[in-house]
Amino acid sequence: MLLKNTYNEFIKILAKPRSYLGIGALTLLVLLILFAMKADGKSFISFVTASFEQTLSFNGNILNGNLIAFIILQMLIVHIPLLVSLVTGDLISGEAAMGTIRMMATKPISRTQIVLSKFIAGAVYTFILTLWLGFLALIVGKWMFGTGDLIVLNSDGLVILKEQDILWRYGLSFGVAYLALLTISTLSICLSAFAENSIGPIVSTMSIIILFTIIGTLDVSVFDSIKPFLFTTHMASWRSFFEDPVPWTTIRNSVSILVIHNIVLVLIAVYKFNKKDITS
Amino acid sequence: MENTEIIKVQHLAKNFGSFQAVKDVSFTVNKGDVFGFLGPNGAGKSTTIRCMLSLIKPDNGQIQLFGKDLNKHRNEILSKVGSIIEKPDFYRYLSAEKNLAIFARISGKDVSKREIAEMLDFVGLNGRNRDKVAGFSHGMKQRLGIAQTLLHQPDLIVLDEPTTGLDPQGIVEIRNLILRLKSEQNKTVILSSHQLSEIELISNRMVIINKGQSIIEGDVKELLNAQEMVVQLEVNDMEKTINVLKIRFESASFKQINERIIEVNIEKQLVPSLNQTLVQEGVEVHAMEPKRKLEDFFMKIIQS
Repeated sequence: MLLKNTYNEFIKILAKPRSYLGIGALTLLVLLILFAMKADGKSFISFVTASFEQTLSFNGNILNGNLIAFIILQMLIVHIPLLVSLVTGDLISGEAAMGTIRMMATKPISRTQIVLSKFIAGAVYTFILTLWLGFLALIVGKWMFGTGDLIVLNSDGLVILKEQDILWRYGLSFGVAYLALLTISTLSICLSAFAENSIGPIVSTMSIIILFTIIGTLDVSVFDSIKPFLFTTHMASWRSFFEDPVPWTTIRNSVSILVIHNIVLVLIAVYKFNKKDITS
Repeated sequence: MENTEIIKVQHLAKNFGSFQAVKDVSFTVNKGDVFGFLGPNGAGKSTTIRCMLSLIKPDNGQIQLFGKDLNKHRNEILSKVGSIIEKPDFYRYLSAEKNLAIFARISGKDVSKREIAEMLDFVGLNGRNRDKVAGFSHGMKQRLGIAQTLLHQPDLIVLDEPTTGLDPQGIVEIRNLILRLKSEQNKTVILSSHQLSEIELISNRMVIINKGQSIIEGDVKELLNAQEMVVQLEVNDMEKTINVLKIRFESASFKQINERIIEVNIEKQLVPSLNQTLVQEGVEVHAMEPKRKLEDFFMKIIQS
């Protein structure tokens, strides 16, 4: 029954116009960045490298597909959560608002299975969105800008990664970026189990992200103890793969925190939905 | 009719915060019944039905369907139940057949595309299979709801206010459909309504609930016939008629409509005696028409 309802969820996501809104918006944003970089990327790069030009000499194709993909990921990882929650935040509450959740809940499928099938569908949608972002950023980026070594400016300074040392880093960084986005998806579905309208969970998800991000960036000691446990602290962990050496312990810690968030949020949603009186 | 109990609800209670939606509802539905679930708006009908379908968790009481406890055998029970609660809601962005396929997939029974097409045909939606539900009228959605209810061939059909918002033709169609389900397929149907006339036309048994409590349960005909009725008399001597009523039929009440017509509220078994007495007293009774007002009966029951 879980698989059958997951299939149903895919049909619904595919048929909903808002599902394509996210993919469309993402495509437009990436194309805009690509266009801007094509038109004026060299001055953008020189702005970054200017401070190093007295001590270093930059040769070759610095503005290449690898750098473009990094810039795109850096710019969009903040905005994609909205596109994700647009679809996932609606999965339970949208059906409550429409009245179809009532129809579903009178069928011989357990409420746990209803919620889990929505999580699976949300996870697949998020995966497709991440994959599409990867395709646009890396494949289209390389097609437009060629390939080459990657120069990344980290807090420790400038990191230069050889061309043949980059692809696996992108593979893993997209994996961690996906896990971060999956946490957003799970959070919005969890909030969706509490609401009876579509907008509430979407707005709440974004509010939580903003709140946690602000707490994370505030340099106040009172928040120091909770910062490591906020999922927003680990949203940018994908960047760690572009450090040399790769801080595996930090990454493992971030992955663990994000996985725990996902598990806890799923359990909360399952518990809430099972306890809920369906009165819509 | 077999007397197998399909539904047994005992002392059901449900509170929403401080509001007591259902206080104490008990009733039994037998196999093959078209069971009327009657009560005014806000009586607790929908809450009771939602409890029976596990949409709402009751605070107290027991619900058994097909002889099994709903809490322990939920999925097994719901695979034998088809329902429309208040109004059928569908995915507006999907076609009629895709909507049916979605609900059929989780109904616990494999339903083929051909069966979906046949069901759409059965409810009069042939030719609209691939139309999006967004363009459907309320009546069409109601028919699609019936199709969704019947698709997995349930033994028990629960219809909560199925004719709400329908035009007169739609009401008749739904009514006929329910009667067909009973006569052709011997389905057990539980039908909730606030209209007594609807229950009287379709149901063989009923329960009346008011303010969250079941008040009376039994055979529809027996319940209705046992009550007082209103008889409209056309007589030649109104003064003598009123005297007869006052002296010989003290329990009856009356209302004079005009010089020749009077409406008498009287127990059904006293009607022949009234006629006989009037004739014996020399009153010419030109017409005697039973005018039992169903709504009056309903009001009397719930007020008592």
